[in-house]
Amino acid sequence: MENNSNFETRKPPVATTGILGWCRLHLFSNWVNSLITLLVIYFLYQLIPWFLDWSVFSADFWTNYKGELIVDRTFCSRVADPKGDHGACWAIIIVRFYQFMYGFYPSEQVWRVNLTYFLLVVALLPLLIEKIPGRKHLIKFTIAFPIVAFILLYGGFGFQVIPTNKWGGLLVTLVLGVFGIAIAFPLGILLALGRRSQLPVISMFCTLFIEFIRGVPLITLLFFGMVMLPLFLPEGLNLDGLVRVLVAVTLFQAAYMAEVIRGGLQAIPRGQYEAAQSVGLSYWQMNRKIILPQAIRISIPSIVNTSIGLFKDTTLVIIIGLLDLLGIGRGALADATWMGLSNEVYVFVALVFFIFTFSMSRYSLYLEKKLKTGINMGAD
Amino acid sequence: MSENSIISLQNVNKWFGDFQVLKDVNLEVKKKERIVVCGPSGSGKSTMIRCINRLEEHQEGKIVVDGIELTGNLKNIDSVRKEVGMVFQQFNLFPHLSVKENITLAPIWVKKMPKAEAEELAMKQLEIVKIPEQANKYPGQLSGGQQQRVAIARSLAMNPNIMLFDEPTSALDPEMIKEVLDVMVDLAEGGMTMIVVTHEMGFAKTVADRMVFMDEGKIVEEASPDKFFNNPESDRTKLFLSQILHQ
Repeated sequence: MENNSNFETRKPPVATTGILGWCRLHLFSNWVNSLITLLVIYFLYQLIPWFLDWSVFSADFWTNYKGELIVDRTFCSRVADPKGDHGACWAIIIVRFYQFMYGFYPSEQVWRVNLTYFLLVVALLPLLIEKIPGRKHLIKFTIAFPIVAFILLYGGFGFQVIPTNKWGGLLVTLVLGVFGIAIAFPLGILLALGRRSQLPVISMFCTLFIEFIRGVPLITLLFFGMVMLPLFLPEGLNLDGLVRVLVAVTLFQAAYMAEVIRGGLQAIPRGQYEAAQSVGLSYWQMNRKIILPQAIRISIPSIVNTSIGLFKDTTLVIIIGLLDLLGIGRGALADATWMGLSNEVYVFVALVFFIFTFSMSRYSLYLEKKLKTGINMGAD
Repeated sequence: MSENSIISLQNVNKWFGDFQVLKDVNLEVKKKERIVVCGPSGSGKSTMIRCINRLEEHQEGKIVVDGIELTGNLKNIDSVRKEVGMVFQQFNLFPHLSVKENITLAPIWVKKMPKAEAEELAMKQLEIVKIPEQANKYPGQLSGGQQQRVAIARSLAMNPNIMLFDEPTSALDPEMIKEVLDVMVDLAEGGMTMIVVTHEMGFAKTVADRMVFMDEGKIVEEASPDKFFNNPESDRTKLFLSQILHQ
């Protein structure tokens, strides 16, 4: 407003600003709060130094406390010198790092996996950075990425075919996670729209599909994909194991995604549909330009939530014999030369999962923040 | 249906569940005619104009807009919606699009107009409603009156022959009503065919060619503004007018 200058604007009271003010307000506002704060500080004081010592300062990496290169569990400081004060033995991860990343992918072809990882980052760029130059062209690449990735990873078109039973580790986890989420998203949108469709046949089909898939545990679907799907396919068409699992995972995720997006759709006021119809937009134009952008915006937290859930659920494929990151870890533990190092393996696997899921959650916060600025500015 | 009617409603009936909202409604609107519809709430005035661009479906009777009959035929509905613009009580702007994008969306997607041309058109419409400086803001940053004017510009950008207004000023603060009514008066003077549902009787007196009074789903009285305000026929109209003019 223009005539604001008549009123002097004041800074907020001092006691509520600055670090001290913040601490007083949030950590020591009353005696219960203060007690809890002190207790938490005490536990963190106990926990963090201990964990840092175990995982970094007293830990073995390539060599043990005597300086010998670690080649099996007996060289690990904490096995060789049980009375000493030794931490983790990360050598199990380092020695088997290739397996953790690629499974049994032939090493002379592994550049294809690395290239795919690199291209994945390129494909994600236009989604992460809004103002990147040439965004429109990059988006096209993002859409084509699944096909490029499949050819690179699997083979064909002059590349040597690497059967999926050679894939493993992070590669399998990412393939299931990324493909599952990427394919399930558009599928979920269609299912959500279908369920709200006025055509009874479409709406009934979508509802039945969603309710059936949601009503069944993922493991059941995985077994279904593994054992029963081949029975439904025509003779001679033998779908690859990983593809069968991917189908199960994708359908599972699509059903959840559909319900999440349906929730968003229900929050859109009827006036938006009417305004879109009154200016002459068709059903698909209306959904694409008006309804879905708003509905998806509302559902971002839930979309990311189910996506993180799926990403972690991919570890269930271990049950039907695929070796994802966790599967490779368990394989390493079953090896007699590395037995007893389960702490290291599970901490490592957890850390890798955390890096990915935490990034997803940060991305969702970033999106929410970015999109909010457009809509909810006050009417001033 | 008379020769020069652009909108014709013949014995239109409509129900919401068991409740009959429109009872044998007959209305003929000539080209460039300005109709103001009034009546108590729940009298079916909004429903009637929403039937004209098929936001509501009528169950019995016949509605013909610019020679096209409204039936279940989706093609007909599309062609009618291209002829008819609508302005809502709640503005219904698209909150995720800027003011300019709100206006260019339909020309670009429905009329396949090139983007540059659509943007030029949008600026022209924004000048007509007197807020070209707001083009790059988002609806949430505008006042109610400004939003409603953007909504009018959005409808005009499709170059409709007919404009429907569904209580366009009812959701506005009193000080913003005038700016919207001014734009509507300009539009009326430009020769637009208009059906306006409103309780702004001052506006009705200056702009309307004909007043339509509805109650309980029926058209109770149709008259020129002069006759309607000074010498209404039905007792129901008299009661209504005494209530809204002397409050």
